[in-house]
Amino acid sequence: MSEPPVLCEGLAKHYGDLAAVAGVDLRIETGDVYGYLGPNGAGKTTSMRMMLGLIHPTGGRALLFGRDPQREGKHALAGVAGFVEAPRFYPYLTGRTNLEMLAAFDGGDARARIGEVLDLVELTDRAGDKVGGYSHGMRQRLGIAGALLRNPRLLMLDEPTTGLDPAGIRDMKVLVRRLSAEGITVLLSSHQMAEVEELCNRVGIIQRGRILYEGTIRELLSQVSTGYRLRTTDIAATLRMAGDHGIDTTVDGEEAAFSASEDAVAALSIDLGRSGIGIRSLEREGATLEQLFFRLTEGEGAASPDGRPQLVQEVA
Amino acid sequence: MPGTLTVYRWELRKLISQKRTYLGLAAAALVPIIFVVALALQSGSPNDVAFGRYVRQSGLAIPLVLLLFASVWLFPLITALVAGDIIASESHNGTLKTILTRSLDRGEVFAGKLFAASTYALLALVTMGGVALIAGTIESGFNPVTGLSGQPVSAVHGLELVGASFAVYLMPIAAVVCIGMLLSALFRNSAAAVVGTLMSCLLMQLIGILPGLGGLNPYLLTTQFEAWQGFFRTPVDWQPIVRAAWVCALYALPALVVGYLTFLRRDVDSDG
Repeated sequence: MSEPPVLCEGLAKHYGDLAAVAGVDLRIETGDVYGYLGPNGAGKTTSMRMMLGLIHPTGGRALLFGRDPQREGKHALAGVAGFVEAPRFYPYLTGRTNLEMLAAFDGGDARARIGEVLDLVELTDRAGDKVGGYSHGMRQRLGIAGALLRNPRLLMLDEPTTGLDPAGIRDMKVLVRRLSAEGITVLLSSHQMAEVEELCNRVGIIQRGRILYEGTIRELLSQVSTGYRLRTTDIAATLRMAGDHGIDTTVDGEEAAFSASEDAVAALSIDLGRSGIGIRSLEREGATLEQLFFRLTEGEGAASPDGRPQLVQEVA
Repeated sequence: MPGTLTVYRWELRKLISQKRTYLGLAAAALVPIIFVVALALQSGSPNDVAFGRYVRQSGLAIPLVLLLFASVWLFPLITALVAGDIIASESHNGTLKTILTRSLDRGEVFAGKLFAASTYALLALVTMGGVALIAGTIESGFNPVTGLSGQPVSAVHGLELVGASFAVYLMPIAAVVCIGMLLSALFRNSAAAVVGTLMSCLLMQLIGILPGLGGLNPYLLTTQFEAWQGFFRTPVDWQPIVRAAWVCALYALPALVVGYLTFLRRDVDSDG
């Protein structure tokens, strides 16, 4: 079980001069609910298609539990299920018949699970209707049912809540939590920050085909430059010392306002105390994942002088 | 390969569930009925076609006339309708990703689809032959027929030769199936693959009638639809039948190999 559910190394897909995926490195650990974040067109879906063996990479590789779908085909997909973009079915067959076909293609005891997965996604009542008459939300749920037939250890879902109504989104979140609690590792692509913040423990943020950040949401929030407001007993000395720490401050009345990482703020507070300057208040303007995401993906202060995004964290 | 068999069974089930499947089969059944009804209502016979002058003499002549008639576009079309559609429509509808992320290899999917498309073409041909034989026998009787060397052929022997003719007719049809599979793997649009398959057959017929290109005729796929006539000569002329076997293989195998490799290597990169 030492092989990670997903390991991408330099995964790339070039169409002529265009790099849809420019070299993605990511690692999903067993038990993760991994949020794969990026704006539309960043390369999420293309890289997920490569992970599932639907697209051949032009560089690097994607391994599922240590196996390469490009080399091992269906054997690499053992224990893996999911869908990219919207799940698609045969509209002229019923929901149940569609699942029967997928179960036949999966082999094993998949067929015996049809009733159970239909119950789980609450489609039992409509299973006898042709998929052509299903709403978007029902097809999405049938997609999940189809994936669960495989009794997966890794579930890959591409924007599963897109196009769902609020109740559908809530149900989908409940379902993802439930599956995660059952021990399934989940890869969830999304551009809904709130959803990822709510469901995921780790994230990978992709932009223009590259990973800008990978790690836990906690680390991301703590490491990133966040806004602070600081009031001390000696504002002039505080500004000087902040400057010594490389923190740019602006003065706002009696307060210093600045952006800095948690570590930098901790170091500054120690120096202030040693110098006999008392901290009256230190307030953090809490950054949400959404703010971070836009800062990262829209380049606002993201690029450092060497051209690399500041927030890239080397993954050990 | 059990995977291939599973795909084959489900491809048939999918065909059964689609209305368009019945279009080709209905055409295969209706054409002989229309022909026989017209024969009953009109006098005269299609004398410029082989066996055309015997359609009132023996019901056995009717499936043979229809074999020649159907080779122009009916059977290329019926065959293309399924073979050209069977992969391309899945690309277009996005269901290819659905089946290719299950426990199947792409080769199994391709093989299952190939067998299903072949089964459909075979069923359509058997339908046309069976209906033509029954309707023809009702109209013109189960009588001896005259062979192409002017020799009399007894009704029972004639029936055997009709069966053999339909079997030989399957060779060019199999080649059309392979061309259809190739175009279906290449195109992401079902109509393009179906029409492309039909067009390639019509193009070969065009080449066959162009002045100066007559020498190519024996090597055109469409010419092989007439090879069965060798059975009705005395002695049996095996030469066109043997030639049909290798000429059809020359069309079918490269198309099949390229189609197969294309399907194995292609990116399933967008839904429609």
